[in-house]
Amino acid sequence: MSKAVRLRKGLDIKLIGEADKVKADAEMPSVVALKPSDFHGLVPKVILKEGDKVKRGGVVFYDKYNKDVKWVSPVSGTLKEIVRGAKRKILEVQIAVEGMDDVVSIDPVDPSNASREEVKKIMLENGLWPFVKQRPLDIVADPSVTPKAIFISAFDSAPLAPDYDFILHGQDQDFQHGLNALAKLTDGKVHLTLNSKVPADKAFQNAKNVQINKISGKHPAGNVGTQIHHIDPIDKGEFVFTVNPQDVVTIGKFFAEGKFDPTRIVALTGSEAKNRKYYRTILGAQVSGIVENNLEQDNVRVVSGNALTGTKIEKDGFIGFYDAHITVLPEGDEYKFFLTKGWLGPGFDKYSSHRLFPTWILGKKKYRLDTNMNGEERGFVVTGEMEKVLPFDVLPMQLIKAIMTKDIDGMEQLGIYEIAPEDFALCEYVCTSKIAIQETVREGLDIIQEECM
Amino acid sequence: MKALKKVIHNLDPKFEKGGKWEKMYPLYETLSTFLFTPKHVTKKGAHIRDGVDLKRTMFMVVLALIPCLLFGIYNTGHWHYELLSYTQPEQYGAYSDYLTGFGDKVVYGLLQVLPLVIVSYAAGLAVEFVFGFIKGHGLHEGFLVSGMLIPLTMPADVPLWMVAVATIFAVVIGKEVFGGTGMNILNVALTARAFLFFAYPTKMSGDKIWKSGTQEIAESNGGALPDGASGATALGDLQSFIGDSPVVAGENLSAAASNSEMLAKFGEAYDPIHAFIGMIPGSVGETSTLAALLGGAILLFTGVASWRIILSFFAGGFLFGLLMNGIGSNAYMELPAYNHLIIGGFAFGAVFMATDPVTASQTQYGKLWYGFLGGGLAVLIRVLNPAYPEGVMLAILFMNVMAPLIDHYVVQVNISRRKKRFKTKTA
Repeated sequence: MSKAVRLRKGLDIKLIGEADKVKADAEMPSVVALKPSDFHGLVPKVILKEGDKVKRGGVVFYDKYNKDVKWVSPVSGTLKEIVRGAKRKILEVQIAVEGMDDVVSIDPVDPSNASREEVKKIMLENGLWPFVKQRPLDIVADPSVTPKAIFISAFDSAPLAPDYDFILHGQDQDFQHGLNALAKLTDGKVHLTLNSKVPADKAFQNAKNVQINKISGKHPAGNVGTQIHHIDPIDKGEFVFTVNPQDVVTIGKFFAEGKFDPTRIVALTGSEAKNRKYYRTILGAQVSGIVENNLEQDNVRVVSGNALTGTKIEKDGFIGFYDAHITVLPEGDEYKFFLTKGWLGPGFDKYSSHRLFPTWILGKKKYRLDTNMNGEERGFVVTGEMEKVLPFDVLPMQLIKAIMTKDIDGMEQLGIYEIAPEDFALCEYVCTSKIAIQETVREGLDIIQEECM
Repeated sequence: MKALKKVIHNLDPKFEKGGKWEKMYPLYETLSTFLFTPKHVTKKGAHIRDGVDLKRTMFMVVLALIPCLLFGIYNTGHWHYELLSYTQPEQYGAYSDYLTGFGDKVVYGLLQVLPLVIVSYAAGLAVEFVFGFIKGHGLHEGFLVSGMLIPLTMPADVPLWMVAVATIFAVVIGKEVFGGTGMNILNVALTARAFLFFAYPTKMSGDKIWKSGTQEIAESNGGALPDGASGATALGDLQSFIGDSPVVAGENLSAAASNSEMLAKFGEAYDPIHAFIGMIPGSVGETSTLAALLGGAILLFTGVASWRIILSFFAGGFLFGLLMNGIGSNAYMELPAYNHLIIGGFAFGAVFMATDPVTASQTQYGKLWYGFLGGGLAVLIRVLNPAYPEGVMLAILFMNVMAPLIDHYVVQVNISRRKKRFKTKTA
């Protein structure tokens, strides 16, 4: 019984710089890194020392509070450096790449014939588990819970998002294998949600062992949170797991070959990037190989992920664990005279959901947006703007205020279990008062994790 | 422009923490961020942001108020010369016509209205800066709108010191004690008006204040207005219909006059078309429904004001007007309902006061109720309460207080929907 959902709310921010549908091989990075900051709340326990050798698929660190969850090295090499920040917090575990051949392997397993415990054990032991995230909280899944369903979104609707139909093309078998493995983790269904506006790749269309749903509408239609909310919403005490499509392939490949395959196709996008293509590289790769020589100018911000929810990285930083694209934006660190490009300017260079700017006349025009805040932070004044871009039966303003006042009852009643920071990214984008909404949502989820879970 | 940018931002370090003029930072921040959108870049969350900010939003409201301000200037001058046409008929006799002496009227209006605007802004901005210095931040834009709204809600002859006192009171007690822009419970401009209304009722109500210069003309004429002249507003006249001595535009009607006779006289004196255009006496900016709707069109088109509030406010006023017609126990009740929407400050309140997003309901459904009840209440106060001829101000202030309650019930509906889903699952 598949579901079809039509969204009327949302916002597609049209940016310049989509990646061409061409796959290219990026040169092998000399360094890769696992970044504990990609996994909210993780306290890693690194089991290697600097200089230690590690095989591809060999464990690098595990979760201090959930020792079963392990992270493995995507390459064979030596542990180069453990980069620490304030309070000795581990920011990056860098591994110098020596090759791909020295690999930890097991006998291939057909997940369809394996038990839940077997599948789970293989995923935990071999670094596949971190690909599985859970709602509520939007963190790495807790292996001790059984989710009521698993959700996979077959497309990304964020600005300049990569096209998963293109990335997954030809990987039907591995994808199906991954789905079979994931199906073992839940008593309920695995939901695969397609964009009803465009025909999906065969890998998605012919997927078995899943419920295929369709959704149409503007961003955040492709967010898995939106899909969960409209297909099988989460209430207190329930859990849903979510996995990105490319990570399903990685999981599937492991079951088929018995080896951790870190191959990752990453789209280079954004107005300041040249040679925008889909690059074949590996998990956690240093981006300098892709970004270097491909920039239009120097004053740019490299973002791992999309412009709304991604992580800022340096030009020689590392691709995030869950990210399938890099966005390069112009930095907006310049003063703008109020009548030309500033707050009272004609505004042809700004993309706004408000009619205070001519965006609405310009139709399909694409924009080169920089990272300027376009204003200063203020108290909440304008109402009704967030409701227009949040296709949830959730009252955004009231929920945010409940979080700000640390009102736990209020947060629970207003639906905090159903949301993740990324679902509120557009609310943050449109906010006239420039309030840090995603950070606030995360604070709320932290409180809930501490007090109610 | 580049030179200006250089000059201004070379001063940056001097105003920053530890700089020579650190204490003047709020003033510097206000001026420099007015001239240049600052170079702040996104740090957390979304890397790109919408172009909109509070400055642009508030500027649009000020822009939408310009038609009311311009019309108010002309209207103030017009009614002044209209009175003079009785006392000095040989000189100003023709000025009772709308367009005769247009220039004179505008000049007089400017001389009366501009000081109000200047005093309101000066007093309010002074208070805002005091609080800015205390808290160490620049001007938050909310007052830019309040500062324009306050003079437009005043009778043209109100003493300037009263405007200053009322503005200071409203900004301090109405806004800053709650935490500044975005935190207030009551609409700031209406708080200023209500303060004067209750503290100095003789300057804010009656029939000696609505036409500029009434007091002086009456004094020079032996204490009374010349025959045929009137200082009352449409609302004041309507109020008199309830009492024993009905008056229309200075003409006493017999107490025995029937309801329809009274209303016919009223219709002659305050022709609906004139009332709609705004050719009636009243507070500076409130009289013209046309100008208010023009501003409303700007606000609705740009999405700054909520159409839910404006529409439901008018609907509420009209329906309660019809309800009064249905009861019809006196002439005021029998006043055709549409009249309520075009006299007094009804349209001005609906477009500019009720829509203040900070003090209105914040939920989408809540806005409908908020507007509807606000408009209805305004008519109820007008017709049923003999002490207050104009009900819009009090109705909106009352709804400001009630808005959180309305929102509470709307939020409860959302909460109970979630609870119900939870129950059907666990049952």
